[in-house]
Amino acid sequence: MSAVFQVENLKKSFGGLAVTQDVSITMNPGDRVALIGPNGAGKTTFVNLVTGHLEPDSGKVMLGGNDVTSLGPTPRVRQGLVRSFQVTRLFPDMTPEEHLALAVMQRTGRTGRIFGHYHSMPDVMAEVAELLRTLGLDHIATRKVSEIAYGQQRLLEIALALALKPKVLLLDEPAAGVPQSDTPRIEAALAGLPSDLAVLMIEHDMDLVFRFAKRVIVLAAGAIIFDGSPEDVTKDARVREAYLGSYANDRSAA
Amino acid sequence: MAAIENTSAAKPAATRPNWLVRDLVGLAVILAVAAIGYFLFPNNLALLTRILGVALLVLSIDLVTGFCGVATLGHAALFGAGAYASGIAAVHFGITDPLLMVVVGAIGGALAGIVSGAVILRGHGLAQLVLSIAVVHLFHEAANKASAYTGGSDGLSGISPDPIFGMFAFDLWGRTAYGFAVALVAIAFVVLRLITRSPFGMLCRGIKEDPIRIRAMGASVQGTLLKMYVISGAVAGVGGALNAISTQVVGLDSLSFTLSAEALVMLVLGGTGSLYGALIGTVSFMWFEDFVSAANPFHWLTIVGALLIAVVLFAPRGLYGSAQTLLDRFRGDGK
Repeated sequence: MSAVFQVENLKKSFGGLAVTQDVSITMNPGDRVALIGPNGAGKTTFVNLVTGHLEPDSGKVMLGGNDVTSLGPTPRVRQGLVRSFQVTRLFPDMTPEEHLALAVMQRTGRTGRIFGHYHSMPDVMAEVAELLRTLGLDHIATRKVSEIAYGQQRLLEIALALALKPKVLLLDEPAAGVPQSDTPRIEAALAGLPSDLAVLMIEHDMDLVFRFAKRVIVLAAGAIIFDGSPEDVTKDARVREAYLGSYANDRSAA
Repeated sequence: MAAIENTSAAKPAATRPNWLVRDLVGLAVILAVAAIGYFLFPNNLALLTRILGVALLVLSIDLVTGFCGVATLGHAALFGAGAYASGIAAVHFGITDPLLMVVVGAIGGALAGIVSGAVILRGHGLAQLVLSIAVVHLFHEAANKASAYTGGSDGLSGISPDPIFGMFAFDLWGRTAYGFAVALVAIAFVVLRLITRSPFGMLCRGIKEDPIRIRAMGASVQGTLLKMYVISGAVAGVGGALNAISTQVVGLDSLSFTLSAEALVMLVLGGTGSLYGALIGTVSFMWFEDFVSAANPFHWLTIVGALLIAVVLFAPRGLYGSAQTLLDRFRGDGK
């Protein structure tokens, strides 16, 4: 299977501080990868480098075989690299339906139209209805986002990313701030992601990581210290020392 | 993809707001108010026409400020560019058909929109405001220097538009000009309602609320804002052309910082982000200014200032926005 997403020898320093050190990752369609690491490990810098918000000192970012290293964030999105945000970034005065319609119209090149309305675009309405139904948001489709629960906003973040039909999806702590009672809905949404979609999830909730990921990458001090299966990550001495600590011990004991 | 349990049925499509009916009611209200103004103030139609010209300027500011979140204190540059474009077309190139003059004004305003938008959109926040002030001063100075075309500080006079459709001559009482102004504002209102509800209008609202999210959706923020600036310039240019046609003179005051600032105040007074707010703010401010300056020529500015402070403190969403909030609350209580 050919790689859909490749990061090759990515390096970035701020002043004398190396925050990303020779990071290489390859992902295939359908991969479920979790990127974990302690605070300050360079996860956010890595996401910013990959999405084009930061320029690397050296290294390459490839998307579907194309070198996108010199492209800005917007063209990378158009090529299929989509991200969600750790803290929801939604439009408070718009409804979930409007959010998704806007995303579908953007993907299909219709947001430049100065006349017309998405209600009169049957294909947009059908896709929006399907996304709302799939994410369980159809009962709040026409309520303002500022009036819906945070867990529902997190689901809308995922729906918004899916509306852009990405090839690679970066999920930045999709369950952050969600009440425990709503976590199963987020997990159900993650379990239901398209099977051909490559997903890289940054997450601190290790239970969620172990339920979701088929592969775990551990970042510490800007470098990859582990890249392997969830079963092996807890046994790795360097990972235990740098990050997992008591969690790994508890898991081993269990 | 696995479906997640759904707890209740989707809201039926039939309950969506009926935009067409609402827009038609809005248009009917505008025309009714215009007719009431005509019959109540038959000797003051020049002021009413001036109000409608400025209303187009305020609507155009609303497009970039209220719908896109761009701060500007230099929008009179676009209004003045439209006024001078139609005035110069009439005086120097013999284009005296009022409809053609309006088209020339719209083009002039749109071109000014491209130029000023390209400069203003490079900044954010305070820098954006400063750039917009610099732009209006530059336009003002350019018009002053190009006196061979603009008449400089003496103004551009000698504009004599033909009768509309060859039938309705511009009369001394300003009836034709007023009817023309009402028609232009009504058309602008309908077109802008369509634009603000369109996919492009939704994108602009998104940019105002969170430009980072819009970029993350793969859309160009700068390109979208510049496009709205051009549309806004065309609307302001129509207002400027209307002013040139109705007064038959264009002065440097149409390109002034003062007009830009007053127009922004009118928008804030009525409420940003709503075309109704822009219209209500313009009518309220200009009518109140005219009324108070006649009633108390010595202290009218103080009274206008006090009114603005009162509105900003007690109705921060503007007259229309606050009325809408109260209405929503009343409806909520009634349930």
